[in-house]
Amino acid sequence: MTLDLSPAPGAAPRVSMLCAQTLMELRLLARNGEQLLLTIVIPLILLIAGTQSSRIVDLGPGRPIDIIAPGVLALAVLSTSFTSLAIATGFERRYGVLKRLGASPLPRWGLMVGKVGAVVIVEIVQLALLSAVALLLGWEPVSGFTPWLWAILLVVLGTAAFGALALLIAGTLRAEATLAVANLVYVVLLVGGALLVPLDRYPDVAQSVLVLLPSGALGEGLRETFTVGTPPLLAIAVLAGWTAVAGFATARSFSWE
Amino acid sequence: MPQPAVDVSDLVMRYGEVTAVDGLSLRVETGTITAILGPNGAGKTTTIETCEGFRRPQQGTVRVLGLDPVRDAAELRPRVGVMLQSGGAWLGVRAEEMLRHMASLHAHPLDIDALIERLGIGSFVRTAYRRLSGGEKQRLSLAMAMIGRPELLFLDEPSAGLDPQSRRATWELLVELRNHGVTTVLTTHFMDEAEELSDAVYIVDSGRVIAAGTPRELTGADARNTLHIVAPAGLDIHALAGCLPPASTADEPVPGQYVVTGDISPALVARVTAWFGEHDVLVESVLVERRSLEDRFLDLTGKALR
Repeated sequence: MTLDLSPAPGAAPRVSMLCAQTLMELRLLARNGEQLLLTIVIPLILLIAGTQSSRIVDLGPGRPIDIIAPGVLALAVLSTSFTSLAIATGFERRYGVLKRLGASPLPRWGLMVGKVGAVVIVEIVQLALLSAVALLLGWEPVSGFTPWLWAILLVVLGTAAFGALALLIAGTLRAEATLAVANLVYVVLLVGGALLVPLDRYPDVAQSVLVLLPSGALGEGLRETFTVGTPPLLAIAVLAGWTAVAGFATARSFSWE
Repeated sequence: MPQPAVDVSDLVMRYGEVTAVDGLSLRVETGTITAILGPNGAGKTTTIETCEGFRRPQQGTVRVLGLDPVRDAAELRPRVGVMLQSGGAWLGVRAEEMLRHMASLHAHPLDIDALIERLGIGSFVRTAYRRLSGGEKQRLSLAMAMIGRPELLFLDEPSAGLDPQSRRATWELLVELRNHGVTTVLTTHFMDEAEELSDAVYIVDSGRVIAAGTPRELTGADARNTLHIVAPAGLDIHALAGCLPPASTADEPVPGQYVVTGDISPALVARVTAWFGEHDVLVESVLVERRSLEDRFLDLTGKALR
């Protein structure tokens, strides 16, 4: 083994840098027990518990599994693209990882591509697993292929909106504050964000607010898509709007250290 | 004159009311080791981080390898290796995994196994970053800076927290890198590091360069100006001073330890030892001492703690 110390600078090809960064993010996520709990175990428990939900909460008319399954998919998106992303990014910022990688040949947009890549891969695994379990538990989404395409569009928009909000928090608050806010928002939206429980089960006053939240838009959007075949336009508009506003605010305020 | 590797002129950086860097200029020649030496809060890190492109100069200009560190960041990043003062790795990442990841971002990285062996990282390759000791983190961080085979290294306090052996090994490695043509800029508050390792030293205090030159120039190594004599206590130092040239002084700060200052020439040493001989006193030791960089640094920055 010889160490050739003569300079030979150069960046690796972009594609290999992006792959390396995405894989690194995935490896670190997979090593983190709390993240797996948040992204897989909790949605899975809620899905199974949801089939018995009529004894716990009144989800309204219809079979509980048909109501709970789209909601659990929405929850899975929230956990990965918001809570998990915000916490990981907040601590990367705190421990100088973002700063250090910002001085490496990996461009800053490449760092973000790595994050998006890891989030998307985790979501694919989550959604495939949760959909399969839901179908096994008797979920009967409206037949056809188009509802799934609409669902993918909603998931992409929901990921963008939640992801932009996650980076907004992680890029401005201290890591501990990010941790607290990300977990709090997760719990609040889980319980009262029209994510799992259909919008029409909330009081009228609350409904008009919840429908404009990304959680309400994603939850209602997925439920309607899987029952009538197409999502409400309002849901798409709300998610696109949150993406634009949070994306703009993040681009303006994100601090790398 | 060839283009310098780093050229900072009249840099001013403020954080709110605090002026961290106050009109600082420095020039680093290619293929040298340059130390930025100063007490805590002198503006060393702000200066080096501006060179690394983390901050935009508020006033003045910074050129690194002839380029603007902010505007030309994409071109500079592969050519410059950076060691942050702290952090820079995921808490859960293993040492070797982090190195391999950094290597994967470069076109012609160093041989990882050879680098691990050279920096003594072998004993903790599989340890998570959060469990590494301060010195282990420093060694990993240096390895991360070098791995891409950059032509220019910025090292922010590279030997902080290292044990003497690791420190020595780091110095040897940096000298070897220099012999291969790598330029290094490091910050330190260790005088001996600046004195033994660097080709050029900038002493910085309150955001300004207060002295610059080679270690030899700064310590005035040619002007030997202190003579230490150990002999029986209580001799008449006024009589001793009386037989010395006018600019010299004689003192006995500790009983039995005499100090003569002034232009210590061979003739003066002969005169002083003769004086002891004339008084029938046996001198136990005579030591001619040049000033260290530490003396010079303390002269310049003051001895008060800040």
